Amino acid sequence: MAWTKNVLRVNLTNGTCASEPLNMEWANKYLGQRGLGTKYYIEECDPKVDPLSPENKMIIATGPLTGTAAPTSGRWSVITKGALTGAIACSNSGGFFGAELKNAGWDMIIFEGKSAGPVYLDINNDKAELKDASALWGKSVWDTEDALREIRGDNDIRCASIGQAGESQVLFAGVVNDKDRAAGRSGVGAVMGSKNLKAIACRGTIGVQVGDPMKFMMAAGACNQILADNAVTGEGLPTFGTQVLMNVINETGALPTHNSADVQFDGASKIGGEAMAEPRESDGKANLVSNAACFGCPISCQRVSQMDPEHFAVKGQPKYHGKEGGLEYEAAWALGAATGVSDLEALTYCNYICNEYGMDPISLGSTVAAAMELYKTGAITDADTGGIALEFGSAEALCKICDQTGLGEGFGKEIGQGSRRMTEKYGHPELSMTVKSQEFPAYDPRGIQGMGLTYATSNRGACHLRSYTVASEILGIPEKTDPLTSDGKAGLVKAFQDATAAVDSMGLCVFTTFALTLDDFAPMVDADLEGDWSSEVLLQAGERIWNMERKFNNDAGFTAADDKLPERLLKEAAKTGPAAGKVSELGKMLPEYYELRGWTPEGVPSNETLSRLDL
Amino acid sequence: MVKVLHIDASQCTGCHQCEMACSYHHEGVFNPSKSRIKIFNFKETGRNVPYVCTQCADAWCLQACPVDAISVNAATGAKEVSPTLCVGCKVCTIACPFGTINYNSVSTKVDKCDLCGGDPDCVKVCPTPALTFVEADQAGMDKMRYWAEKTDAGNQATS
Repeated sequence: MAWTKNVLRVNLTNGTCASEPLNMEWANKYLGQRGLGTKYYIEECDPKVDPLSPENKMIIATGPLTGTAAPTSGRWSVITKGALTGAIACSNSGGFFGAELKNAGWDMIIFEGKSAGPVYLDINNDKAELKDASALWGKSVWDTEDALREIRGDNDIRCASIGQAGESQVLFAGVVNDKDRAAGRSGVGAVMGSKNLKAIACRGTIGVQVGDPMKFMMAAGACNQILADNAVTGEGLPTFGTQVLMNVINETGALPTHNSADVQFDGASKIGGEAMAEPRESDGKANLVSNAACFGCPISCQRVSQMDPEHFAVKGQPKYHGKEGGLEYEAAWALGAATGVSDLEALTYCNYICNEYGMDPISLGSTVAAAMELYKTGAITDADTGGIALEFGSAEALCKICDQTGLGEGFGKEIGQGSRRMTEKYGHPELSMTVKSQEFPAYDPRGIQGMGLTYATSNRGACHLRSYTVASEILGIPEKTDPLTSDGKAGLVKAFQDATAAVDSMGLCVFTTFALTLDDFAPMVDADLEGDWSSEVLLQAGERIWNMERKFNNDAGFTAADDKLPERLLKEAAKTGPAAGKVSELGKMLPEYYELRGWTPEGVPSNETLSRLDL
Repeated sequence: MVKVLHIDASQCTGCHQCEMACSYHHEGVFNPSKSRIKIFNFKETGRNVPYVCTQCADAWCLQACPVDAISVNAATGAKEVSPTLCVGCKVCTIACPFGTINYNSVSTKVDKCDLCGGDPDCVKVCPTPALTFVEADQAGMDKMRYWAEKTDAGNQATS
């Protein structure tokens, strides 16, 4: 089986690294990665723990399919209590680091305590030790990776690190691996920074075994074929990446614009996937150079971009003139539509900054948008922003404030607190587009009703990746539902949440679910692991994981009152597009959702539900 | 006619599926570090480049081997290492100008691409046309066709 059965426990306070056996009973119940990592976390941490205290732990977890020949097997997760949210956080990344960790013979790393000074974890197969990172502290993610390769004298190591944002505990700092893949959300990078842990450098040459290789290769081959034949995973995502969505969602009237005052952006066509592939007016070259893949991925949706070196944001700065990780849809939306900026090159620059300094572009863009609205209404002025004219649509202001946020300078310090805290400070909490203090992403719940319930009930704060009902409501996967009606969405959201929790916990990318169902995944898991793994078993594990996360949040102090959306989405109707006149019908969906979940009207899993799920 | 592994680096996405198929075929384990085909990621230029033994007709490794452990598979043209004859002296790794034959410290023999006996698994799993298995004598045809069309377009524009 693909479990190495080795967990690396790193005590940062004492500076020790120790190996312990993986709890197989939990692995069989919680599958891996998100589920298993969360189980470990919950067993070891007080739900009331301060996320940035040494008592909080941070777990890096792989799934049972990570590092295998399963399609999209490069996934890994960071599990902790979110610095931004105070809720359970599980931030998922791709790239190559996760597979390298598994190849080194480790399923999971548990970080506990806090180091007295900056350290990095150096892993070379079964050898793991903490080393001094004083010389790395203050460096960006990009420079840290280069430095670690030099220190190790090994070009083949894979790294996960924090940049300046994680060091200065920007509350939406992420952990970035392979320079441009990120466990971006909920502030897991701030937690890592609070522990004085700068990076993990890993080299693994041991390899990954599966239980029944012949059966496994057959099942993986079948999945690969389905992914290749599917219009979204075989054509749309490789060609335009997730940015294929920009024009689609804008036309749907669900593109949150100007801090969600509007639902359509007149600059959308200038910042989407098609625009990235077209020659620029300035130098005749396209922003998009090519696509690229994470480990084991046949979809390869990643964007490789190259900016116009004469653009104001990068002029005279050669380090931004090369080929780097380009804009994904959520980043282009947050940095662009939310702020009203339609300068594709400026957005690309800000995306680079997010990778380089280690920040979540969704929270960053959305918080800047909230600040722009505060500036527009006069709640903040040049005196607060240090002279930056934070006007909607200003590319110059956006670039400047992104720099400041990553480096923890000027008004960037306020942005780095996230929009909930920042808008509260200036007296306008209603302008924060957040749920459980986390900024919501690129789908307006007035135009895609299922996403309202998705955001409100997401265990890690507002998020699209916990139940991507956009697949059904817009793309018709697995079947088309009407985005403008809330009828039936409670069941849809629950089904997506449970299935997604299973996929996240297997160690695969949720993008596979555009083409594959649990019936397709089950034969791979079954061939990999001991025991019988049907789609029913996987789905139940997903439901168990969801309820486990919910219970932790309830224990941490969250209640049904936190399953809410910003007032704007509930009271200010969409002004234009197909959803004109609509507000989110969250109030209609939520009670039905609780009931379907087997929760009390107060949003608490009933004893019956907990025992049914063996929790 | 002899077939060869043909590489089009411009099509490679860097997914490493070929490495996993190769290591599984030869070692029974998913382990990119044990793969005979390698994908090199040149981050600064945004390129992913596959590299593997090209099965030289007059092979340095075969010539250099002091115990005649490397022989030509008549059916496939592949230069194959006999694990029973190989003494692990590594002379072939010095002789090969391309670095595509390497010592395996677990088996104490050398490993190189053997074209999987004439039906390479790396090609089967490659999700793009980056790796193909083509007639050696025709390997340049697609490139020639591409440039022929371009050249003709130029001719048409000026004629």
